[in-house]
Amino acid sequence: MSVDTTTVKKIASLARIAITDEDAARIAPELDNILGWIEQLGEVDTSGVEPMTAVIPNTLRLRDDVVDADPLTGGGKRDQLMSNAPQGEHGFFTVPKVIE
Amino acid sequence: MMTDLTDLGIAAIRDGVRAGSFSAVEVADAFVVKVARAKALNAFLVETPNHALAAAKDADAARAAGEVLKPLAGVPIGMKDLFCTAGVPTTAGSDILAGFTPTYDSTISQNLWDAGAGMLGKLNMDQFAMGSSNETSAFGNVISPWRRSGGSNADLAPGGSSGGSAVAVSARLCPGATGTDTGGSIRQPAAFTGISGIKPTYGRCSRWGTIAFASSLDQAGPMARDVRDCAIMLAAMAGFDAKDATSLKLDVPKWEHGLSSNLNGLRVGIPKEYRIDGTPEEIDALWQRGIDWLRDAGAEIVDVSLPHTKYALPAYYIIAPAEASSNLARYDGVRYGLRDLPEGAGLQDMYAATRADGFGEEVKRRIMIGTYVLSAGFYDAYFTQASKIRTLIARDFERAFEQCDVILTPTAPSAAFALGEKSDDPLAMYMNDVFTVPSSLAGLPAMSVPGGLDKHGLPLGLHLIGRPLDEQGVLNAGLAIEERAGFVARPEAWW
Amino acid sequence: MSDYRIQGDTGEWEVVIGLEVHAQVTSNAKLFSGASTTFGAEPNTQVSLVDAAMPGMLPVPNRECIRQAVRTGMAIDAQINTWSRFDRKNYFYADLPQGYQISQLYHPLVGEGSIEVSLDEKNPDGATKVIGVERIHVEQDAGKLMHDQHPTRSYVDLNRSGVALMEIVSRPDMRSPAEAGAYVRKLRAILRYVGSCDGNMEEGSMRADVNVSVRKPGDELGTRTETKNVNSVRFVMAVIEQEARRQVEVLESGGRIVQETRLYDPDRNETRSMRSKEDAHDYRYFPDPDLLPLELDDAFLAECRASLPELPDAKRHRFESLGIAPYQAGVLTAEVEAARWFDTLLDAGAPPVAAANWTTSELFGALNRTGRDITDSPVGPAQAAELLALVADGTLSGSLAKQVFEVMLETGESPAKIVEDRGLKQTSDTGAIEAVIAEVMAKNPNQLEQYRGGKEALFGFFVGQTMKAMGGKANPAVVNALLKKALAA
Ligand SMILES: [Mg+2]
Ligand SMILES: [Zn+2]
Repeated sequence: MSVDTTTVKKIASLARIAITDEDAARIAPELDNILGWIEQLGEVDTSGVEPMTAVIPNTLRLRDDVVDADPLTGGGKRDQLMSNAPQGEHGFFTVPKVIE
Repeated sequence: MMTDLTDLGIAAIRDGVRAGSFSAVEVADAFVVKVARAKALNAFLVETPNHALAAAKDADAARAAGEVLKPLAGVPIGMKDLFCTAGVPTTAGSDILAGFTPTYDSTISQNLWDAGAGMLGKLNMDQFAMGSSNETSAFGNVISPWRRSGGSNADLAPGGSSGGSAVAVSARLCPGATGTDTGGSIRQPAAFTGISGIKPTYGRCSRWGTIAFASSLDQAGPMARDVRDCAIMLAAMAGFDAKDATSLKLDVPKWEHGLSSNLNGLRVGIPKEYRIDGTPEEIDALWQRGIDWLRDAGAEIVDVSLPHTKYALPAYYIIAPAEASSNLARYDGVRYGLRDLPEGAGLQDMYAATRADGFGEEVKRRIMIGTYVLSAGFYDAYFTQASKIRTLIARDFERAFEQCDVILTPTAPSAAFALGEKSDDPLAMYMNDVFTVPSSLAGLPAMSVPGGLDKHGLPLGLHLIGRPLDEQGVLNAGLAIEERAGFVARPEAWW
Repeated sequence: MSDYRIQGDTGEWEVVIGLEVHAQVTSNAKLFSGASTTFGAEPNTQVSLVDAAMPGMLPVPNRECIRQAVRTGMAIDAQINTWSRFDRKNYFYADLPQGYQISQLYHPLVGEGSIEVSLDEKNPDGATKVIGVERIHVEQDAGKLMHDQHPTRSYVDLNRSGVALMEIVSRPDMRSPAEAGAYVRKLRAILRYVGSCDGNMEEGSMRADVNVSVRKPGDELGTRTETKNVNSVRFVMAVIEQEARRQVEVLESGGRIVQETRLYDPDRNETRSMRSKEDAHDYRYFPDPDLLPLELDDAFLAECRASLPELPDAKRHRFESLGIAPYQAGVLTAEVEAARWFDTLLDAGAPPVAAANWTTSELFGALNRTGRDITDSPVGPAQAAELLALVADGTLSGSLAKQVFEVMLETGESPAKIVEDRGLKQTSDTGAIEAVIAEVMAKNPNQLEQYRGGKEALFGFFVGQTMKAMGGKANPAVVNALLKKALAA
C-alpha cells in the first residue's frame, strides 16, 4: 500500500478537515508509515474468528418508553442546549445557508 | 499545623476529617494554595477553589451536626478535563471546545460529588486523550515534576493522556485525581510519575458525560498515591448507570475492605511475549524484582503465553482511531465550541475550516487514520480484521487465566522521556503503550504501581492485569508490591 | 398492470421500482433518548442532550421502538433476527448532530418478508402480486432544516432528531406507478393495523425513497436514481412516471443515467438532482461501539406475536366469508379505524350483508358529505346496530331508515327514540292501507281508467300516491300487494 497526497486529500475531505497541499504532502508519508506498520495484521489467520462485538460479556439493556424519565436524558431544555451555541436565533441553531 | 496536609493521601484525609484531627476546609485551603503555586507544571487548565471549599464546608457542617460522613467527605480531588463538569469549562485539551461550559456533570464527576468530594480544578491532558506524553494539549505541555538526577534540567514528559492528573497527584497538588484509560492513559502516566492508577473492567465506570475518544476502550479510573487510595476512589466512581448502555449492572465491591497483601494460593502469570527486544535492562530487572516480591507475598509464579500480543498495538491503532473518527464528528461548530466560518463559506467549508483549526495535529492524524480504515474498500481488511484479532487477544487472556489469577508485566517500556524527544515520531510514541494496550482491548482491569527508580532516579511502574471484574485481585497484588517496593521517592519541588 | 410501458422512440421501456419507506415508529420517547416525539412542538424544545450530540452523550435504546419494529416484521411474515446490532452511518450535515446516524446495515432487526397487493381495487380477490421486503431496520431520524427564514442562514430544529424510524426496504419488484401506489397503501394499512406507525404522510410519519430505473423488457437492470422523502402515494406515483420518462429521454438521446439522489418538486411535478448530496457517498459504516448487540429472548418475541391484531387481509377474508361482497370487504378493511368500527357493528348483532351495504353507502356517504372521519362519526356502531335491527324487523322501511339516520346524524339521538318521538314507524295495517288505496283510486279516475286500459306503467303512480298519503310510513311490500289486488278488481 502507499498513501499519496491525493489519498490524503480525499480522506481529509471525508473527515471534513481543511488541508493545504503542503500539509497533504507532509502527512502522506507519515500515514503511509503508520498504515504500513498496521498491515502486519494481515499475517494473522483469522478465518473462523468472529469479530469482537462486546468487550465484556453483556447484553444490550432496553429502556422503558417514558418521556423525560431521567431529566438528564430528556427534552425541554432548549436554553441549556443553546447556551453554548456559536450562533442561533428564534430558538434555532443557525448555519450558513444550505441549498438542497 | 503539625503536618503538611498536602502530604496526606485520600484515606488519611478522610480518616483525619472524620476523627476531627483537622477540618475539611483546612485540607481544601492547603491544596488550593499548592495548586495556585504550581503554574509552572501546567497541570491545571481551570482552578476551582470554590468548588473544593464548598464541598469541604459541607463535610465540616455534616461532622458538626453529628451526621455520618460520606465516603470522600473532605477530600478534594483533581478532575481530568475529559469529564464534563456543570458550570465549569471542559475542553478535552482541545481548541475545538474553546468556550464550552457544560450544563451537566458526567456520571463520574457526579458520583464523586455525591460521595462528598470537592474539585480543585480541571486537569490538563493530551488532546481528546490522544497521546502518551501530554504534548498534544492545545493548552501547552504538562511538565513532570520529576527531573533526572545528575543535574539535567530537561523538562520531562509526565506521560499521557492523563498527564495533568499524574502530575497533580505526584506533585502533591491533590491527593487523588480522575483519569481515563483507552490504551494505557492512566497506567503509563502513573508509572512515569511514581503514583498508582487503576483502570477497572470495561463497564464498571459509566462513560456518560465523559468526552469520548474510543467508546469500546474508554474507561475512567482513579490516580492516587497508593493502592488503598485507588480502591477508595474507584469505589466512589464506579457503579451501574442506566444512561450508558455498556455499563455493567453489578454492585460495586467493597474493595478497600477486601485489601490483603497475603497472596497465598494466588498464581501470577508472567507472559513471555512481553519480553520485547530492545527493552532497557532496567525494565527487565524491575520486572524480576516484581516477580520476587509477589513470590515473597505467597504467590506462585507461572509462565503464561499471550501469543497475539504483538498484534495488539496495530489492532488498537485501527480500532481506536476508527471509533474516534466517528466520535469526533460532532465537533462541527454548530452547537458548541469553535466555529470558523471563512468569508463566503458554505456549511461543508465551515466544517472543514472549524475542524482544521480546532483539532491538533495528533487528533487530525488519528481521525485521518480512522477515516481511512473505515472507508470503502478498506473496512474488511482493516477494521474487521482488527476486530477479529481483538477476539484472539481476549481469548489469549482467557486461556492464560486458566493457569493464573493475575498477570504481572512492566507498565511501560521505559521511564519518562524528555518533552520533544518522541513527539515527531508517532510510531515511537505509540510504542509506549505496548504493555498496556492488550488488556485495554480485552476490557480487563489493570493497574500500575510504582516499583522503583531507574538509573536517573526516575520512577518505573509495575503493571498488574486481572480477570474481568477482578479489580480486587489486581489491587491486592498491587498492595503486595507496594509494601515490598517501599517506594517513597518523590519529586523535589522546583516549581 | 405489469404491462405498464413507456413508449419511447426506440420502442417500449419497462420500469423497475424499489421503495425504501421510512416509517416513524409510534412511541412516546425517542429511540435513544427520553425526549418526547410529539409532532409540531416549538423548535428545539423536544431535544435532549443526547439528541443534540453534546459531548459525552450516549444512546440507550427504547424497548417500545424495538418491539414495534418486531411486530411489524411479524405482520409481514418476515424473518425476525434475534441477534442484531446497530451501526453508525457517518456523514456530515447540519441536521445530523452526531455526524453519524445510528442505523442497522450489517445485521438488521428484521429480514426477508413480503407484502401481497391487490392489482384491481374493484376486486381485491382478483389479480394480486407479492412484493418482496428485503429488510426492516431501525434507525434515528434527522433534524429539520429551514432555508427560507433568513437570507444567508439555514435554521436547524432538532425536534425530530433521534425519533425512531423503521426503514422498510422493498425488493425492486414493482413495475408500474399503480403497483407502487398499491404497495404503499397496503404497507400503510398494515402499519396502522399493527399500530407501529400512524401512517400520517402529511406530518412526515411515512415517506418513501423511490428507486427507479428503466430497461428494455428482458434486459439487465438499468442504473437507478433515488428520489428522497416523497410524502404521499400520489407523489410516489408521479415521481415514478416523471423519472421513468426522464430516464427514457436521457437514454434515447444517447445519454447515461447517473446513480444519484434526486428531489421531487410537486409544484412543477418534476424531479431534480440534489446538490447537497452530490458528494461521493462513503458512509464508513461500522458497529456502534456505544451499543452492544441487541438480543431478543423468546418471551419478548411471544409477547410481540400475541399482541398482533387481525391484519387487513385476514379481516377482509373473514368479512367475505360472512357473505359481504369482496369489493365492499376491501373498502371496509382499507382503513383500520373503519374496519374496527365495522367489526364492533357486527359484534352488536347487525346482519353482515345489510350492515356492509349500509356502512359503505349510507354511513361513508354521510361522513364524506360532512367532511368527517370514522373516528368522529356522530353515529356509533351501537346506534347503527339498533337502526339496522329496526330495518330488519320491519319497523323501518329503507326510506324511513334514511330519515331516521339523518336525524341521528344531526341530534345523536338513538333510532328508537327518533322513531317513537316522530312517529316514523312503518305500518303494515292492511285495513288502513286499503282505506287509503280506495281514496287514491277515487281521486284519480282518469289514471285508473288508463291503467285498467292496459297502461300498467301507472302502477308506480298509485304506489307513490298511496305512500305519500300515508306519510311514507306504509310498508312498501304490503302497499304493493294490496294495490295489485285493488287495481285488478
Ligand atoms: Mg434511502
Ligand atoms: Zn434510512
